[in-house]
Parts: sequence; structure tokens; C-alpha cells
Amino acid sequence: MKARSADFWSGLALGGLGAYIIVVASRWEYLGPDGPGPGFFPLWYGIVMAVLSLMLMVSSVTSKDGSMIDWSGARSAFLTWGAFTLMVATLKLAGFVIGFGALTFFIVLVMYRKPLKVAAFTAIGLAAGFYVVFPLALGVQLP
Amino acid sequence: MEVLTGLMHGFGVALQPLNLLWCFVGVVLGTVIGIMPGLGPPATIAMLLPLTFLMNPASAMIMLAGIYYGAKYGGSTTSILLNVPGESASVATCIDGYQMAKKGRAGAALGIAAIASFVAGTVGVVGLMLIAPPLARMSLAFSSPEYFALMALGLAMVVLLAGRSMVKALLATLVGLWLAGIGTDLFSQTSRFTFGQMELLSGIDFVVVAIGVFAVGEVLANMEQRQETPMIEVPKGLRNLLPTLQDLKDSRFAFVNGSVIGFLIGVLPGAGSTIASFISYGVEKAVSRHPEKFGHGAVEGVAAPEGANNSETGGALVPMLTLGIPGSGTTAVLLAALVLWGFKPGPLFISENPAMFWGLVASMYIGNVMLLILNLPLVPLFAQVLRAPVYVLYPLILGISVVGVFSTSGSLFDVWLLAGCGLLGYLMRKLDFPSAPLILGLVLGGAMERALRQSLMMSDGHLSILVSRPVSAVMLSLALLILLVPLFNKFNTWRLKALDS
Repeated sequence: MKARSADFWSGLALGGLGAYIIVVASRWEYLGPDGPGPGFFPLWYGIVMAVLSLMLMVSSVTSKDGSMIDWSGARSAFLTWGAFTLMVATLKLAGFVIGFGALTFFIVLVMYRKPLKVAAFTAIGLAAGFYVVFPLALGVQLP
Repeated sequence: MEVLTGLMHGFGVALQPLNLLWCFVGVVLGTVIGIMPGLGPPATIAMLLPLTFLMNPASAMIMLAGIYYGAKYGGSTTSILLNVPGESASVATCIDGYQMAKKGRAGAALGIAAIASFVAGTVGVVGLMLIAPPLARMSLAFSSPEYFALMALGLAMVVLLAGRSMVKALLATLVGLWLAGIGTDLFSQTSRFTFGQMELLSGIDFVVVAIGVFAVGEVLANMEQRQETPMIEVPKGLRNLLPTLQDLKDSRFAFVNGSVIGFLIGVLPGAGSTIASFISYGVEKAVSRHPEKFGHGAVEGVAAPEGANNSETGGALVPMLTLGIPGSGTTAVLLAALVLWGFKPGPLFISENPAMFWGLVASMYIGNVMLLILNLPLVPLFAQVLRAPVYVLYPLILGISVVGVFSTSGSLFDVWLLAGCGLLGYLMRKLDFPSAPLILGLVLGGAMERALRQSLMMSDGHLSILVSRPVSAVMLSLALLILLVPLFNKFNTWRLKALDS
């Protein structure tokens, strides 16, 4: 993806956020008898955000910059994030030790392509380490 | 006299066995994370922040500050041995440090980096000790309009120097301000931007965003590259790590240059240690009798940037502690730590918490000595950290992040937010949005809105109060100038060249 087209889409997303802030903040009191209300500050930064987003979009359209964003490694990052999110989703059901062990196993085996034994050993070792250090030694509750 | 009394008091605090231990833990941890490419001090401090709630605040601050300046020492090791900076502040060290190592002088390069770091780091602490108390007294005269103007000026400086695109840096700041605004407005009890979620009524915890953007975002970014870099062997034995007398003689001006430039740049919000080290390197080369040696293994080319990035630490703590204005991502996390422990960084911080301030100053003197002693003989040992398998390190960081966030609030909702902030941090890196302005916007957002609203209450709603008071008028004019000047091509070209270098 070209950098300028990424700028266009990020400008659009931030412009949407700016518009949302303006709409919501305009429903709150702007200036009351005691001074500025809860809508005063958000309204202004919402407006500035919308204007700057528009500037980013316009500059991305008019720019002649041909540089590209390298997304080739992004698949690994998104896969890791997906696995991390899955761990968070199953924390209530499986608990931290099992969820974290599974995440570690996935990262070592799939992302780093290490042998199954290494992945299993690392996952069990790290999960057990967390259990020993946090709840047992420090008295910190795990999720 | 006041400084000496304060310093004596500080050494009384810092020399307590427990504080010495935490100082040692902090500097060792700092050195280790400085050596590891891809894991910086803001991520480490943010991750460890929740665990410090169990500690005495003075000990915790001593440890976190140790990580901050310890990382600057460690960063040079990877720059010299791998030509890969352990952290951004050590980029300039790669230029001549790696060349020295290739010529078989890795030991001398590591030695001169440690000595320059020690000299300049100590000068930085002297600067902090001498400048912070009078600056705090001066800023006692500040009221809400001046505070608002000061925060606006700080954010403008950060935006100016944060990245190639000022529009993106400004947008990141505004997202930070928005995140800071989520929750119940304390003036009117109105709930803002909570999307009907009870968990958001008390706002978004700074720790969640900082750990998400810095630590989880950094892990995701590092998952993209999994190749290993060949490392130059570290010479064994302390004698091989000591620079020659000629090296020390050649570096004498670099020590002074790095110390002074690093400290001055550190005091400015937004500039940071990377810029300090490059300016110092540039000055050293400009005044050198042998500029042609630079880039080919000049010892001064290692001493100047290494000194500057260490002296910068002392400078960066001045506005953070005396004005409550952090100038970088790391100082923003340190500021948030102080606030979370119940302190109020600002003009009264030193007079209300002398043990904390002077204890921190004294611990930095001690920490710098510890780092010199540790770094010279133990560099080969520290370098072994580079051989640690990253497939163990990254899950470890993710695990500590989850436990840290959960231990702060006990809420799974915050762990979900952490995952969201991690993705945000990664996307910001990919799309070239700087993360420091977002974190600063989040840290300063609440105080900035409060100062603005209090100012307008003082003036019955007239914005003119912000420009009718001389100090706030000057600061706001400067902030406006900083944001408008890049519109002029000539200045923007200079700014981009400086950032590119």
C-alpha cells in the first residue's frame, strides 16, 4: 500500500472520530453561569481534529510521494495480536496460566517455527514461572 | 547551602540498604533493556509500574529512574557490537562505535562510552540539582492561565520534534486529549464518551494505554522481523575495555560538549536524547581538527553522543518534577507514576516531598557510579543478553503486560483495552504516527482542561485572560509560532533534515 493512500484512510478514520466528538460534545453544556461546561474543551479539540484530518486527506490526494508501506511482515503481527486477543477472550474460562501457556506455545511453534518440544518446554516453563512469581511469591492475583 | 542540606538529606534516603538495592535493580534492568533492541525504557517502566504499587514510592521512583538512565548506558553496547541501536538515543553511537569495533577496538569504544556516560550523567544530575529548586520557586507565581499556556507550549514542542509530519503528531496529541477526556467530568458530573460502559465512568487508566502502546505495540512490531544479526566479539578482561590515555585526551572536549548540550536539550520538552546525541555529535565533528576521521572510528564520535544522551536524563527531569510537564514518552510514564502514588509534580513538589526529590537526586549519583563499575568489567556478560532467545522474551512481555494491567484494576475490561491499545500502538508505528504525543496528550489532557476551565472561570468566560497576562501571552505566542513556522518551507526543510539525520 502506498504511504499516501494509508494517510488518506487514517485521515478518514480520524475525521470520523473528530466528527463524532463534535456531535456528542455539542449536546453538552458549552458555557454555563459557572464558566465553561463539559462540552467546551471536547468541542474545540474535536473541531481541530476534524480540520487536521481533512488536511491529511487532502495532502494525501495531492502528494506525489510514491513511498510504500511495507506490510509484508504485518501478517505475523496481526496473527500474534489475534492469538493475544483470543487469550484475553478465554481468560475467564481457562484462566491465565493455561491461556498464557497456549499463547506462548503458539508464538514459539507457529511464529518462530521452533520444534514442538522447544515450544512445549517454553510454554510450560513460562506459565509455571508466572504462577510461581506472581500468586505464590508476590501475592499478585492472576486474571 | 540549601542544595547541600538537601543533598545530605537525599543521601540519607538513597543510602538506605533497601533503596540501594532498588537502585541496583533499576540500573541493571535498565542496562539489560538498553542492550535489547526493540524494548525501550518507556515500555519497561510502564510494564513494571503496576508492580511498584506494593513498594515504598521513594524506592519505586529510585528504581524506575535507574531503568531510565541505565538504559542509556546499555544502548551503546548494541550500537558498538551490532551496529543496531539498543534504543533510539544510541543511533549516533553506531556511526563511529561500530567502525571502532570493526577495527578491533570494541573494548576501547565500550569503555569510552561508559566513561562519557558516567561523566555526562553526573553533570546532568548536578544540573538537575542546581536548576530544579529555583525553577520551582519561580513557577510558584503561576496561576491557571500560565499553566494552560505552559502545557500548550510543551505539547507544541513535542509536536514539532515528534515526527516527519506535524499534522500526524498533532492528531496523535488530540487522540491523547480525547482519551484523557473519557469518563466523568469532575466539574459537572457529566459522563463523557463512555459508550454506556460502567467501566469507563472512572476514565481510562493511563497504565493500560502506556503498556498497550509501548509494550504490546512494540512486541507486535518486532514480530515482523525475526532475523538475527551477527555480533562482534567483546574483548575479554578489564584492561581491554579501558581506553588509552590518548583516547581520553581526544575525548576531553566531547565530555564537556555532551554534558552541556545533553542537559540543555533535555530541559526542552519534546527534543529528547536522540536529538541531543545527534546535535552533540554534529558539534563535535564541526569543531574537530580532524573531521575526516568521523564516520571511520573517531573516539570523540562515541564520547559526544553517549555523553549527551546520558546528560539529557537529568535535564528531562527538570520540567517534569518542577512544572509537571513531561517532555517525552518515558518522562510521561514517570510523571504518571508519581501521580498514581499520590504525589503532585509541580512547583510545590520539591518543598512538599524533599525526601523523594533529594533521595532521587542522590540515587542518581550513586546509580551512575554503579553503572560505571558494572559496565566496564561486565560488558561481556551483559552482551550475552543479546543471545537470549526472543521467542521467550516476547511472550514474557505480553504476560507481564496482562498481569500488570490486571493487578492495577482487577478488571478484565482493562485487559481488553490493553489488547486494543496494543493494536493502536502497532498501527501508529506502521502508519508513521508518533506515539509520544499521544501519551503526553493523555497525561496532560485532564490538567490542561482543568487549567483552561479555571482560567475562564476567573475571567467570567473571556478567553482574553490567556493573552492579557504577560507570561501566558508569551508562552502561547511561542506555542503558536512553533506550530505555524513549519508552514514556511525553509524552516520545515531544516526541521525534516534534522529529524532525518
